Amino acid sequence: MENSEKTEVVLLACGSFNPITNMHLRLFELAKDYMNGTGKYRVIKGIISPVGDAYKKKGLISAHHRLIMAELATKNSNWVEVDTWESLQKEWVETAKVLRHHQEKLEASACDDQQNSPVLGRPGRKRKWAEQRQDCSQRKSPEQTKTKGVPKVKLLCGADFLESFGVPNLWKSEDITKIVGEYGLICVTRAGNDAQKFIYESDVLWKHQNNIHLVNEWITNDISSTKIRQALRRGQSIHYLVPDLVREYIEKHNLYNSESEERNVGVILAPLQRNIAEANTEEIL
Amino acid sequence: MKSRIPVVLLACGSFNPITNMHLRLFEVARDHLHQTGRYQVIGGIISPVNDHYGKKDLAAARHRVAMARLALQTSDWIRVDPWESEQTQWMETVKVLRHHRNELLRSLPKTEGADQGRAASPAPAAVPELKLLCGADVLKTFQTPNLWKDAHIQEIVEKFGLVCVDRVGHDPKGYILGSPILQKYQDNIHLAREPVQNEISATYIRRALAQGQSVKYLLPDAVISYIKEHGLYTRDTSTERNED
Repeated sequence: MENSEKTEVVLLACGSFNPITNMHLRLFELAKDYMNGTGKYRVIKGIISPVGDAYKKKGLISAHHRLIMAELATKNSNWVEVDTWESLQKEWVETAKVLRHHQEKLEASACDDQQNSPVLGRPGRKRKWAEQRQDCSQRKSPEQTKTKGVPKVKLLCGADFLESFGVPNLWKSEDITKIVGEYGLICVTRAGNDAQKFIYESDVLWKHQNNIHLVNEWITNDISSTKIRQALRRGQSIHYLVPDLVREYIEKHNLYNSESEERNVGVILAPLQRNIAEANTEEIL
Repeated sequence: MKSRIPVVLLACGSFNPITNMHLRLFEVARDHLHQTGRYQVIGGIISPVNDHYGKKDLAAARHRVAMARLALQTSDWIRVDPWESEQTQWMETVKVLRHHRNELLRSLPKTEGADQGRAASPAPAAVPELKLLCGADVLKTFQTPNLWKDAHIQEIVEKFGLVCVDRVGHDPKGYILGSPILQKYQDNIHLAREPVQNEISATYIRRALAQGQSVKYLLPDAVISYIKEHGLYTRDTSTERNED
């Protein structure tokens, strides 16, 4: 298939990145190789979107540090970058909304390309994207519609993320539908069979299974952030588990200790709080 | 206060290529020995095997040594030693251990004479112990017929000591129990747990490279660059046995 016929894809990974590890970074590499290998897609960018502090997960340190570590980790990558939008919002943002934000941003950017106006890569534009899109469709001439399609944002994740769809009140069912229906999921996992089974047992996931790509991770690579934090509390080495710049940053700022692990203890996770509250409101009405 | 025994860890192997998992072995072993309260790890040595070992797909020693050197740029206590790879033929691990122990003894500060008028110096610093560092899979190979001489296995565990890092699918305690020699010297065999399972085999790396897939974050960037610059582990080179 010609390059111009392939669907361009942007991989978006949401998560705590508390801290970012070599495993997170591997997900991008594996997903890119897989998607490019199908011959139907061309992965053009990877985005790391750390969750905001308002998520209230136990042990979650400030977004400021998590962002810096993610940037240090991707310094030597020519295609994966960090996006701060989600973490800068005051309230926690549902994943479906983060996907929508990035898809709209891509559409606005593609529109700019079509108009041959200089594309401003940095944020800071005052106009809302919705306005821009309206503008764009009004100005498009017939010749201009033949340019390549807008890149598609897809959610990149591990198997635990997929299975979290089953946790009560963690996800709104319409969000799950949006994520797999409108955008698509790329799930990197060692336990391919379990993931397939999980998809099979869910009507929504089964319906959109063509939009869920399971990528096999052949080698065990269990470098979880939880284990990294535990190792740090125990004075054990994390060398070669996270990028060197991240390790040095953690050491310099003494980011993770028993105290930091106690943050948000007793506080309910933001999505649970919101979904339960909304369910209660609906009951009352 | 009992002072800790200084230890140097020696890892032998193909390092074809070196990976983050190899480097982790050192970190995990060091943490483990420190945790016992009895040891102070003062150095680590990576000793890539000689080309004459004859293992399939073995890249030239000069490359494997260079890659290890690049990988160790960010380490302040581990170094690569090319001595084993520079010998004219393959040599048994126990000989490599003997060589490095002799080197360690030679590099110690002399304690007799040369006092230079100072008061009697305190007890001489303890002689560092050289221990063989390996994964649990290597411990298992002790059982393979004709791979190791019994006398060598004994010398390794009796005179040197072993630090063995566990690996998925292996049962180091079981291997020890199944061997009279290992059982006898089990106090000199330290089993370290890797808290973070990390099965980055060099075989996997070579296959991924031959297939044009990314190996980023599985081994240091500097090593990946070196591999690309020198065209190592491509589909073509996998049929070559000896370079140069």
